[in-house]
Amino acid sequence: MKLSQLNPGEQGTIVAFTDLEMSVKLMEMGCLPGETVEIERFAPLGDPIAIRVAGYQLCLRKNEASIIIIQ
Amino acid sequence: MAKDIKIALVGNPNTGKSTLFNLLTGLNQKIGNFPGITVDKKTGYCKLSDSKQAEIIDLPGTYSLYPKSKDESIVFQVLADSKNSSHPDLVILVVDATNLRRNLLLYTQVADLGLPIILVLNMTDMAKKEGIDIDVDKLSERLGIQVVAISARNNSGLSELKEAIRNTTVIATQTEGADMHVLAPEAIDFVKSHIKTDNNYLALQLLHQHLPLNIFSSADHEIFEQIKKDHHFESSKLQAAETISRYRYLGTVLSGVVEDTGAARKFIFSDKLDAVLTHRVWGFTIFIAILFFIFNSIFSWSSYPMELIEYSFVWLTEFGHQHLPAGMLTDLLLDGVVAGLGGVVIFIPQIAILFAFISILEDTGYMSRVTFMMDKIMRKFGLSGKSVVPMIGSLACAVPSIMSARNIESWKDRIITIMVAPLVSCSARLPVYTLLISLVVPEKMIWGFINLQGLTLMGMYLISIFAAVIVAFIMKFLIKAKEKSYFIMELPVYRMPRWSNVLYTMYEKSKTFVFEAGKVIIAISIILWVLATFGPSDKFEAIDKKYAAIEAQKDSTQISTLERDRSAEKLENSYAGILGHVIEPAIKPLGFDWKIGIALITSFAAREAFVGTMATIYSVDNDGEVATIRNKMRGARNPDTGLPVFTFATAFSLMLFYAFAMQCMSTVAVVYRETKSWKWPVIQLVYMTAMAYVASLIAYQLLK
Repeated sequence: MKLSQLNPGEQGTIVAFTDLEMSVKLMEMGCLPGETVEIERFAPLGDPIAIRVAGYQLCLRKNEASIIIIQ
Repeated sequence: MAKDIKIALVGNPNTGKSTLFNLLTGLNQKIGNFPGITVDKKTGYCKLSDSKQAEIIDLPGTYSLYPKSKDESIVFQVLADSKNSSHPDLVILVVDATNLRRNLLLYTQVADLGLPIILVLNMTDMAKKEGIDIDVDKLSERLGIQVVAISARNNSGLSELKEAIRNTTVIATQTEGADMHVLAPEAIDFVKSHIKTDNNYLALQLLHQHLPLNIFSSADHEIFEQIKKDHHFESSKLQAAETISRYRYLGTVLSGVVEDTGAARKFIFSDKLDAVLTHRVWGFTIFIAILFFIFNSIFSWSSYPMELIEYSFVWLTEFGHQHLPAGMLTDLLLDGVVAGLGGVVIFIPQIAILFAFISILEDTGYMSRVTFMMDKIMRKFGLSGKSVVPMIGSLACAVPSIMSARNIESWKDRIITIMVAPLVSCSARLPVYTLLISLVVPEKMIWGFINLQGLTLMGMYLISIFAAVIVAFIMKFLIKAKEKSYFIMELPVYRMPRWSNVLYTMYEKSKTFVFEAGKVIIAISIILWVLATFGPSDKFEAIDKKYAAIEAQKDSTQISTLERDRSAEKLENSYAGILGHVIEPAIKPLGFDWKIGIALITSFAAREAFVGTMATIYSVDNDGEVATIRNKMRGARNPDTGLPVFTFATAFSLMLFYAFAMQCMSTVAVVYRETKSWKWPVIQLVYMTAMAYVASLIAYQLLK
C-alpha cells in the first residue's frame, strides 16, 4: 500500500520506496524503512500532505508520498 | 594578540543556529559573499577571553552534506576544501534537542570529514518540557567530543559554550562512526592515493561531488569520473546505503542516552493551531487578513516617523541655505546631495516595519504553513509552494528574494520564480506609491478604521501579485523542464518569535538598504543636479539676456516672479530638460510630461530615484522656496493648460508604470549572476518594460 492512499489520522510502517533518487532525500529527512508514519492533515486544497515521522512534522506532495510503500 | 580561531556554525534549518550566531556575535557582524558565488556569508566576532577572539561564520542550514539546493552546496565546499578562505579551525554543530536523531545525521557526516567539532544541543529547555531526557555526559563520551547543552532562546549555556571553545584542541577527537570505506572500498582507495588523504569519507564525498570544488584541475575531475566508471559507482544507491548505515549507527549511539517519555503530548499545541491556521476556509482568510494588517501597518505606523524625517530634511536644507555661503557648491550639496539623501532615509521606517513582519512570520513557523497551503495553487501557475517565500520577500526587495529562490530545487520552478519576482511590488516602489497616492487619494477612513490610502496601496500590491501569477502561468508553457519538481519540507512547531532576532533583521536590512541603495541614489542625485543646472551655453546666455532686457523695463515688485520664470526656463533648456523633451513624445500618451520623463530615465537605474529626482527637479525649479516635495508636486501646473500635472489619471498611470517596469539595475545584475546568462535578464527587461508601457497607456486613456 502506498502512503498517499492513507487518510488523516491513519498510520503505517515504511517498508520500501519505488523511486531511488527520491528515497535518498526522504531518508535524509528521517523517513527510513521501519519507521512509523502518520498522516497529520491534508493541505486546504488536498495536496501536499503533512505527515508525522521520526518525531517531527514533514510535508510532501501526494506524488512523492506515492513512492513510499507502507504496511 | 593570538590569531583568531575560525569557527563555522553548521546545522539543520530551524535549529536556532542564527539565534545562537546573534547571541555570540552581537551587532559585531557583517554580511558578505563567499568568493565567486552569491551566497550570503554572515561573519561575526566573539570575544572568548581578554586575549582570544573567535571569527564565526554562519553557514546555510542543511539536512545533509548532499545539497538539495544551491545554497546548501556551500556547506560542503567550505568544509571539504582546506584551502577555502572560510574553512574553519573548529565546527560548532548545532542540533535541535527535541529531534536529536535526524539532526545528528549531519553531525556524523561533518565529523567524518575529520574537523575538530563541538556539538551544541539547542532548545534543551523545550526538550525537557516535552519529556525528552538527554544524558549529555554519556553522549559526549560516546561521540568523543565536547557536548554543550544550551537554550539560545533563554540565553542559557552560553558561558559553558565559550568555555568549551576555549578548551578545544586543534586535533579532532571524535570517535569513528559508521564505516564508510565498506560502501565503495576500491574507488575510495584510488581517490585516497590520488589526492593523498587518509580520510575515507572525504574520498567518498569527492566521488559524489567533486565538480563544485574548484581546487581540482580538469584532469583531476576526469580522473574522478574515470574511477567512478571503473568501479560502477552509483551515486544514489550509495547515498541511500550511507544514510541507512548512519541512522543505524545513531541508533546505537543514542540508546540509553535519550529517554522520551512525553512523545504523545508534545505536538498538541502546534496541532491545534494548525487545525485553524491551515483550515480550508480559515487558513486562507487568516492569511489574507495578515497580509492586509501588514500593509495597513506599513502605511499608518510609518506616517509619523516619515513626516519627521521629511521635515527634518526640509529644515536642514533651509538652515543650510541660510548659513552657508551662497554658491554653486552649496547648491550642489543641498539640492543635490541632501535632497537625494532625504529620499533614501525616508524609506527606513517602511522597510523596517516590513522586515519586522517578514521575520516574525518566518520565526514563528507560519511562513512554512503558507508554503504548505499555497503549493497546489502555485503549482498550477508553474511555481512551487517554495516560491511563496521569494514572492513575499520581493515585497521588500527582489534582489535578496531572487537569491533566496535557490532553495527551490527544481530548475524550472526556480527560473519562473526569478522571472516574475521583480513584478511583485518591492519597497523601492513604496515611496513612489506613497507619494502619488497622497497626492490624488484623499486621506479618509472607511468604517472608522480602514485607511483609504492604505486600501489603494494594497490594491497596487494585489495588481502586482496578480500580474506575477499571470506571467508565471504563461511562462509555464514556454519554458521546458529539466528535471522533476519535488517538495519535501519540514514543518517546524509553532514558536513565539524571538524579538531580538526581529530587531536584528530590522536593523540589518535597513542598514543594507541605506548603504547599497544610498550609494546609487546619491550618485544619481548629483548627476541629475548637474544635468538640471547646466545646459548648452548659448541657450543659457540667450535666456539670461532675454530676462535682463525685460528686467530693465519693469519695476522691482515683479522681479521675484521673473526670477522664477527664468529658472523654469533654464531647467527646460538644461541637459536634463532636453533629455526629458526627447522622450516626451513617447510618454505623452501615458499622461507624462518631460519632468516625469527625467524621473523615468533616472529610475532605470533604481526606482527609488523617482522621489529624489522629483525633489531635485522641483527644488531647482522653485529656487529659494522651500516646501515639502508633496506640496511642490501638488502645486505643479501644466504651463499650456494651467491644470494640475498630477491628476488622478496621470498618477495612476505612473503607478502602473512603476509597478510593471524593470527599473532596477541591481535586479538585472542579480538575475544575470543567478542564471549565469544574459538571456534571462534581457527577456525580463523587455517583457516588463513592454507590459508597463501598455498598462499605463490603457489606464491613462481610459481615466483621463
